[in-house]
Amino acid sequence: MSATPVIGVLALQGDVREHSAALAAAGASVVPVRRVGELAGVDALVLPGGESTTMSNLAVAFGLLEPLRERIAAGMPAYGSCAGMIMLADKILDGRDDQETIGGIDMIVRRNAFGRQNDSFEAPVDLAGVDGGPVHGVFIRAPWVESVGARAEVLARVGSGPAEGRVVAVRQGPLLATSFHPELTGDHRVHRLFVEMVRSR
Amino acid sequence: MSTASPLPSSDSPETGTARVKRGMAEQLKGGVIMDVVTPDQAKIAEDAGAVAVMALERVPADIRRDGGVARMSDPDMIDGIIKAVSIPVMAKSRIGHFVEAQVLQALGVDYIDESEVLTPADEVNHSDKWAFTTPFVCGATNLGEALRRIAEGAAMIRSKGEAGTGNVVEAVRHMRQIRSEIRRLTTLDDTELYAAAKELRAPYELVKEVATLGKLPVVLFSAGGVATPADAALMMQLGAEGVFVGSGIFKSGDPAKRAAAVVKATTFYDDPDVIAKVSRGLGEAMVGINCDELPESQRYANRGW
Repeated sequence: MSATPVIGVLALQGDVREHSAALAAAGASVVPVRRVGELAGVDALVLPGGESTTMSNLAVAFGLLEPLRERIAAGMPAYGSCAGMIMLADKILDGRDDQETIGGIDMIVRRNAFGRQNDSFEAPVDLAGVDGGPVHGVFIRAPWVESVGARAEVLARVGSGPAEGRVVAVRQGPLLATSFHPELTGDHRVHRLFVEMVRSR
Repeated sequence: MSTASPLPSSDSPETGTARVKRGMAEQLKGGVIMDVVTPDQAKIAEDAGAVAVMALERVPADIRRDGGVARMSDPDMIDGIIKAVSIPVMAKSRIGHFVEAQVLQALGVDYIDESEVLTPADEVNHSDKWAFTTPFVCGATNLGEALRRIAEGAAMIRSKGEAGTGNVVEAVRHMRQIRSEIRRLTTLDDTELYAAAKELRAPYELVKEVATLGKLPVVLFSAGGVATPADAALMMQLGAEGVFVGSGIFKSGDPAKRAAAVVKATTFYDDPDVIAKVSRGLGEAMVGINCDELPESQRYANRGW
């Protein structure tokens, strides 16, 4: 892999700009991906925060879902935050009946698990594999990981409060997912971790 | 939002922070928020790919037709919509009616729209939005108005347009106004920014922040008059980060199809082939009103200050 990997950000809907800025700061060349043709040109993909039912709807409508699944199955690194975590889950709870995910990580993710917007919160998160102290977790109508399979590794749990102990960050090989939004904090350590994962492929 | 703002030092979870309020709006970007008056309409909106719904008793076109005082919706009706869908639910309070806003917060809505579409409750003051856990979106016709709302705690801004007309002309006017005033700020030197703050009747710190960022410190959506997929794409090309559609969907001939088309046109706002494709076979658009013919008292955009 070259020193400057080309990382796409799925740009159907969501906080694409914040992820793009964080990836660029972490040393990647960033392109938006809305079409099958654009997917072919990237080394890796970020699935941003946003509304997962909207992303699922548009991915199906524009024929992106199967190409995304094929690239992930072929080993393309991917990182999803919040709605992106939902998109990377093999199975979800509390989604729409027709809601599709790309899948890839052997985990069950519960959508809007922490509650509605009034329950959205910020808290420090100790994230395995990231040095320099806890990252700042911004949880917005966030999902959590209900359970992980044998192949997935838990990187972080909620440290305190009513949801203490819930799994909020997972890695499985080249796939990374967080319930929270590092792209909203100006701290690029999680994106640097992902760029390193892409470089080491 | 500004990524330079300091991170809180507390170890315990904090709710209702500016970051989670503004961050919620960031997650809606590139999406369509649809006015709905029943749980069935909310489901149609969610099926079509809306990122959120705005629960209200009457769409603006009907508020115009019926006249009278337009107020916050019935809590039962809002509850019904919250139960019907899994996407975020917004609801409107009257300008300055902070008790309606308190009720909406208690009902657990995800965003409160302090809206000129309802009859204002206070002709001087807007609600103090910092006092709430639930985030607020407010309308604006120009940059000064947007910054005054942000100073009061709004976590998202929408250009006002003229709701319930099905006519995009005012939405275009307000979006162009806000965007051109932002561009002008980026050309001023530090001394000139003080005078600009005075002219805008907005806090200097916010004016300085906009001049530095080249954008508002919160998400900017468009609202008020979008009736077609091309209208939505127009607002996106003019710099909106997403679109509110009010009467335009459920006052049209085939709401489900039109809703899905507006969602697709908002994502592919810069791709005329997609917009052409989704614009076919939508049936009747809402009839619409020429804004020139609206008497001053019927211009909702003039409400709010």
